[in-house]
Amino acid sequence: MTTKAARLFRRMDGLFAVYKPQGVHWKLIRDTIESNLLKELNSCPPPAPQLAVKFQLLSSGENNGSKDLILSPSMLPSLANHPLVKGPQFHKVHVGVGHRLDAFSSGVLVLGVGKGNYVLEHLCKSHVTRDYTLEGEFGRATDDFSHTTRVIEKTTYDHVTQDKLERVLAMIQGANQKALITYSQMDLRTQEAYELAVKGLLYPHGKSPPILTGLRCIHFNPPHFTLEVQCVNETQKYLRKLIHEVGLELRSSAVCSGVRRTRDGPFKAENALTRQHWTADCIIQAIAHFRKTTRKIRKSGMYRQTDGQLNSSAKIQEQIRSEIGQSDQEHVELTSPTFDRIVDRVAPGTG
Amino acid sequence: MQLCRRCVSLLLSRPLLSAALQPSTHTLHQRSHHILLQPPVHSLTQRHSRETWTPCGRRNLSDHQAASPDVYNNKTDLAEREAEKHIVPFENLNVHQISNQESLSDMGLDAVVRPSPLQEISEEEAVQIQVPSALPPDSFTLKPYVDQSETLSKLVQLGVNLWELEQRPNVGSMLVRLDFHADVAPKLLFLKDLGVEESKLGTILTKNPFILTESLDNLEARVSYLKTKKFSQESVAVMVSKAPYLLNFSVERLDNRLGFFQKQLGLSAEKTRNVVTRLPKLLCRSLEPIKENLKVCELEFGFRGNEIQHIVTTVPKVLIANKRKLTQIFDFVHNTMDVPHSLIAKFPQVLNAKFLRIKERHLFLEYLGRAQYQPSQPNYISLDRLVFLPDDVFCSDVALATLEDFERFQKTL
Repeated sequence: MTTKAARLFRRMDGLFAVYKPQGVHWKLIRDTIESNLLKELNSCPPPAPQLAVKFQLLSSGENNGSKDLILSPSMLPSLANHPLVKGPQFHKVHVGVGHRLDAFSSGVLVLGVGKGNYVLEHLCKSHVTRDYTLEGEFGRATDDFSHTTRVIEKTTYDHVTQDKLERVLAMIQGANQKALITYSQMDLRTQEAYELAVKGLLYPHGKSPPILTGLRCIHFNPPHFTLEVQCVNETQKYLRKLIHEVGLELRSSAVCSGVRRTRDGPFKAENALTRQHWTADCIIQAIAHFRKTTRKIRKSGMYRQTDGQLNSSAKIQEQIRSEIGQSDQEHVELTSPTFDRIVDRVAPGTG
Repeated sequence: MQLCRRCVSLLLSRPLLSAALQPSTHTLHQRSHHILLQPPVHSLTQRHSRETWTPCGRRNLSDHQAASPDVYNNKTDLAEREAEKHIVPFENLNVHQISNQESLSDMGLDAVVRPSPLQEISEEEAVQIQVPSALPPDSFTLKPYVDQSETLSKLVQLGVNLWELEQRPNVGSMLVRLDFHADVAPKLLFLKDLGVEESKLGTILTKNPFILTESLDNLEARVSYLKTKKFSQESVAVMVSKAPYLLNFSVERLDNRLGFFQKQLGLSAEKTRNVVTRLPKLLCRSLEPIKENLKVCELEFGFRGNEIQHIVTTVPKVLIANKRKLTQIFDFVHNTMDVPHSLIAKFPQVLNAKFLRIKERHLFLEYLGRAQYQPSQPNYISLDRLVFLPDDVFCSDVALATLEDFERFQKTL
């Protein structure tokens, strides 16, 4: 006979995504979610009090007539298992965090509850791509690459046009494409490598530095500009440094005024929970929503462990690409035109 | 065998009434321990074993044995009141035990002969066998003592969270040693006379169990001091429920604090009383952070004296708020939202709100083009409406948008 609390606890197993606001440490979010889940679990009615045999002085029945008090046993509720003496039923709910976001950034943060924490590990190891929106501002350079810290230099930016920016971005992407192929750890002279490259499935396995698989400018309004980035194995500081490097390439300087993660693997921002929805029932709904995704990640993780590396990597990438869906198509569009552009530009550069 | 018969007779001579009370036997043995030289035979082994138990574990309740006479005295007193026939058997017992003493000292302990456990005895004798309660001398939790101790069971029935209290060092031991009728009941009656609601007693004792160890004279002196300062009976009761540690502070300390607030804030006595009644925590905490907060308001924010007075009387929590968070909110409201000092002083609730809430709502209004905080111009949005309204009302009335739009906007920040 399970209690309501036990049934509720069993439903708290899986992954879900949360939208992290800017300026908040990720640990605070994890603690808030854990305490909300615990609050809901401990508010369930406690089990009935246990009865204990106690010997009491009770008047003997009407048989004797006299008012003799005799020792008689009776079952009375024992206070030893009262919730005020025993404490709350649940002390801890395992809530784990996926790829972390630092306090300056905002965006999708994947959390795992209970048994979902094992799947989180698979997600991190499977080198999924992540989508970011970076906001930059020309004219300043700071020591931390963000717009709030100490300014080191100020420059003009009148000479910067959208065309120049696009060229710089293409150059950066070219270098990254090369890195993508290098770190894929495949012998490039084989037919298999060619076929994978044609499909766009050449991908870094194992350790790799941060690599951008896609980069484009979505908004240009000097001094402000916005970039959309798809990357693998990155940190938010690397992305802020990227903005700084873009500024340097344009013979100016730039600071990053916002890093926003819109997608982390198969978890998108549309289904991420905002602050008002960090309650137990919304979280359980979100876990149910992401159940299929969680299962796919777990299965791909199992494949990786059992099969050989090469076969499994191809399978994983296919699976993840199919999960991503629409963004996958964008990704393909991004790579093909820029690839052509690189071929054109390398010639004048070297020549 | 002689002694053996005496033990049995000892048991038989006591009527069934006293035999029924298991804890009372514990006391009886203890009492005899106090009064007489040597205890009866069958308790001797138990006493030895108790003495050889080495206290281990975090909470050392080794005083428990010494204190238990007080705890269990109550039970025996109750029993005496319940069954009038008790008085006689106790005296009988003493007589028997005294006679026992002489025989024991004559024969020496080696000649002790105990009945064999396999010996068959009659039903009546079986019922009269007293088993001393197996209370551990020390334990990590209060669980083993709750059922036996009257104090603890009454506290649980009042709603005191014993689990929370036993996490604090030494509080558990203190609670076990308390005597309900001598210590706890007078304080509870005192609080009830003061006007504190019975439902709040549990939370007050959970937050401040040391109100039970404070002497009643001190408590009464402090309450009378507050009354001389013209705090009404109801306001004193409200203050005690909100700040349970209030009555543990000495009269000098309370006087010092009240004087500080009146002098520093420059408020009239009536207004000071109002502020202190709404936030009695001011009297319990140290004054340094409050002084710092006042300095911050004056120097960093640039509020004038009368503005600070108005802010403190409307939202006293500003005095004990976190300095860094207060500065963050003020910086955003004054510099980013361009709200002047006078308007912030008029709506000080905004300084008490969550920073993220203000930020998201302001950015949403700015995005919609409705961020208008000047009262002179049309479509004015007052700061308290910005902060105080719940999300759905804010979206429909102030922002004139749907809740989904607001959530979608939140995901673009």
